[in-house]
Amino acid sequence: MDANTITSPVLLVALLIPLIGAIGVMIKGYNENLREAISCVASLFLLASVGWLIRPVLGGKILVLDLFTIVDGVSVTLRADAMSMIFALVASSLWTIAVFYSMGYMRGLREHAQTRFNACFAIAIFGAIGVAFSDNLFTMYLFYEIVSVCTYPLVAHHQDKEGYDGGRKYLVYLTFTAKAFLLPAMILIYVLTGSLDFATNIASGIIPADTGKGLVIMLYVFCLFGFAKNGIMPFHHWLPGAMVAPTPVSALLHAVAVVKVGVFCTTRVMLYVFGIDLMADLNLGVPTAYFVGFTIIAASIIALSKDNLKARLAYSTVSQLSYIIMGVALLTPAAIQGGLIHIVNHAFAKITLFFCAGAIYVAAHRKDISDMEGLGKVMPFTFGAFAVASLSMIGAPPVAGFVTKWNLLVGSVEAHQIGIVLILLASTLLNAAYFAPITLRAFFGKRPASAGVSGIKEAPLSMLIPILIACTISVIIGIYPGFMMQFVTAVIGGMQ
Amino acid sequence: MDQLLLNPGFPLLSAMVFLPLVGSFILLPVKSDEQCRIVSLAATGLVALLSIALVIGFDNSTAAFQFGESYRWIPSLDINYTVGVDGISILLVVMTALIMPFCVLASWSYIKKRVKPFMICLLIMETAMIGVFVALDFVLFYILWEAMLIPMYLIIAIWGGPRKVYASIKFFLYTLAGSILLLVAIIWLAWQNDFSFYIPDMMWQPYALSAQILIFLAFFLAFAIKVPMFPFHTWLPAAHVEAPTAGSVILASILLKMGTYGFLRFALPIVPDATFYLMPYVLWLSIAGIIYGGLTALAQQDMKKLIAYSSVGHMGFVTLGIFILNKQGIEGAILQMVNHGITTGALFLCVGMIYERTHSRDLHVSSGVGQYMPVFVTFLAFFSLSSFGFPGTNSFVGEFLILAGTFEFDLTLALAAIPGAVLAAAYMLRMLQKVIWGGANNPDQSYLTDLNTREIVTLAPFLLFVLWIGLGPKPFLAMIDVSVVELLADLAAHKSEMLAATLVH
Repeated sequence: MDANTITSPVLLVALLIPLIGAIGVMIKGYNENLREAISCVASLFLLASVGWLIRPVLGGKILVLDLFTIVDGVSVTLRADAMSMIFALVASSLWTIAVFYSMGYMRGLREHAQTRFNACFAIAIFGAIGVAFSDNLFTMYLFYEIVSVCTYPLVAHHQDKEGYDGGRKYLVYLTFTAKAFLLPAMILIYVLTGSLDFATNIASGIIPADTGKGLVIMLYVFCLFGFAKNGIMPFHHWLPGAMVAPTPVSALLHAVAVVKVGVFCTTRVMLYVFGIDLMADLNLGVPTAYFVGFTIIAASIIALSKDNLKARLAYSTVSQLSYIIMGVALLTPAAIQGGLIHIVNHAFAKITLFFCAGAIYVAAHRKDISDMEGLGKVMPFTFGAFAVASLSMIGAPPVAGFVTKWNLLVGSVEAHQIGIVLILLASTLLNAAYFAPITLRAFFGKRPASAGVSGIKEAPLSMLIPILIACTISVIIGIYPGFMMQFVTAVIGGMQ
Repeated sequence: MDQLLLNPGFPLLSAMVFLPLVGSFILLPVKSDEQCRIVSLAATGLVALLSIALVIGFDNSTAAFQFGESYRWIPSLDINYTVGVDGISILLVVMTALIMPFCVLASWSYIKKRVKPFMICLLIMETAMIGVFVALDFVLFYILWEAMLIPMYLIIAIWGGPRKVYASIKFFLYTLAGSILLLVAIIWLAWQNDFSFYIPDMMWQPYALSAQILIFLAFFLAFAIKVPMFPFHTWLPAAHVEAPTAGSVILASILLKMGTYGFLRFALPIVPDATFYLMPYVLWLSIAGIIYGGLTALAQQDMKKLIAYSSVGHMGFVTLGIFILNKQGIEGAILQMVNHGITTGALFLCVGMIYERTHSRDLHVSSGVGQYMPVFVTFLAFFSLSSFGFPGTNSFVGEFLILAGTFEFDLTLALAAIPGAVLAAAYMLRMLQKVIWGGANNPDQSYLTDLNTREIVTLAPFLLFVLWIGLGPKPFLAMIDVSVVELLADLAAHKSEMLAATLVH
């Protein structure tokens, strides 16, 4: 432990706040207002405690906290460094926004079992924060599995056949990959190194130098597919299936918490278990980039064919997640920066898009894009926000997505991968092709006589305000990317 | 090789062994059912308290048998009453003592007819089971080993379900068939050692390999049926399904451990060369059990059968851990025996609680009870997660150590075991999903009442241990560590001795 490592109980406080919130929600579930007040307060406390960690982490400190030791080298230990802060800040700030939004949504639709919904929501955030703050592979695996299990009730929320089918697919994909790939990979790494702790920089990794090449490649592939929440094809089917969930779930969990847990784990393991030196030595990076490049293109093409708005957004998520992994896999400083910052940029933009989808459903009860012609005129704020967030997805300035695309393009040129540049350009065109028509048709489409828009107005303010906040942040981090970039720069600090 | 540390003070082990027997005598004149229950609870509770004293007094730093007691029994045949515990048996003894009071509690309202004989059977079982784990004289061991059969047979045959006769006879015949050859092996071993039945005397002797293989096979048949290893497992689902809750708990938590304990205590030290020789077969048989148990469990509609087949898979992991013969494997296996006892015992208790309410073990009948029994399904969820090795629970630690040992031993073997872990998640989550949620058209469960205080008190300690071993297994591993290291050192020494001997010839 070097001088920059300090023990901090704040990590435990931050971790436990959502859990305590969940317990509070369960106890006070009979009182609607009190229950939601607990969620709100918990989310604000979480945001504050994660915010408290910003200063020391930017000061170059690594905060750690040992909780349990299972056997020597395997422990439950928390760590906050620059990389964990990227994800923790995103998850905690978006939880705050989503809590307000889901209040409006769930009440607006008079959904059943709202107590269970709120409690599981909070436990999912507990898992996400745990993943963000994990100091070793075991802790990460623990919280990763907690997220899998406690989001099942959210996916199957409607308790109809569709809900159960989606939920089953969800659990089957996620637990199968975790057990079949992640578990053996983790145990093998333990057998090889005697420890599961992450390295403290992104260069060295923890795999011993004399490990056989074939074994390392096997471990790497296991890790890539083991975290199936990252949505890499062919293990992505759970994500579109999970869209049967209520929209706040799709928004927070399937644009932020669950899928970002997947990519965060994947990139964390790539950088801090394998390390960029080893990945470069064994030439693992570039093939990975091309492999996920296929997911980027294929998912975009599938998205084009979807008329259901949430399904289109889901495939868009599958595609966008791979940007993050592609960036890190290219192993050049700019590409890693572009990949990691996309965790933030995609989160804010995609949550806005899902929030809009939910608002449209609550206000107009419409799910299909073809039914949305002309809706923009009666719901200008919702579709305005949708348009801005779409621009971020496409990567147009000044919205956040531009920062990602810029860095990724610079990074792939630095890596001399023209193929990747072409993939990025093609996917940008595809993004535009499946996002632009939605806004265009909403504002300028000719509405068919059968589907009038009279009587439809904007969703309640408790939904509209979170939409506008998320959308505004997307613009702000596009114009001033500096604040979040500090963390990303700190992650790759060793490379420059 | 005298490794028995005699206990000069209070004869703790004998007290633990005989107290339940004394309790069963006290029960004889008792008239009311309620008093029978209270006396049984008191007797088993007292033994549980004594087991805590055993843990406190246990010395982690020696591999010798502690709390030893030795009395002459049949001097003309040199058969003695010798008992002691070491790191390999201590956790099993304590687990047995701690689980029995909960078996009494679980039978409180479940057993309504012939309460007194039932409790007497339970108490005699406890005497025999603790006795088996502490016996250091082979005749004593064998008598207690056989003595377990009769009360267990009665528990299934009298208080069991509709097919109790079939199940109990099958159980009896299988286990009896296994133990007859065990007796032959014991007599041969004693004959080789000047008719000493003292178990440590028989260990690490230079028996000829051909003899060792025969002895190993005799041991194997007896122990593999008890474990039960695939393909000797067919008595288990029948017995589990028909037995009353307490019977299922005892079967799963304790009786199955007799087999794996037998491998560790007898097969490894007494016939080490045969162990090395036959190890690959046993390992692949374990893998077969892991996969077979998982696949079969996945197809079950009957919850008890599902858990029974899951036991075949889990015990496959235990035998895998034992026969890879390294520290992590064996320590993981011993811990996993305890974990399986806790988790599967608790799962059977849970199924019993459902059965008392719905009078069915069918998953269809019990689907969707989560809405009306939230406390119950919370417990069930924790135990199910523990059963498939969810991180942070007890079984994860055991499985992790066993798989780590296996990966160290052989990559292919370990990768072959991984589908077992996947299947475990599949069948457990399937059961959990059905019970908590069911489907779109569940049977009406609104008549169900959630757990009462007695039931919560029965399950809570199991949950405590699930999380304690899951998050802080160090004190448990510390108790077994020295004995396992010593066992492996002896194995290695024996192997090199034999190697040297063959080189000389």
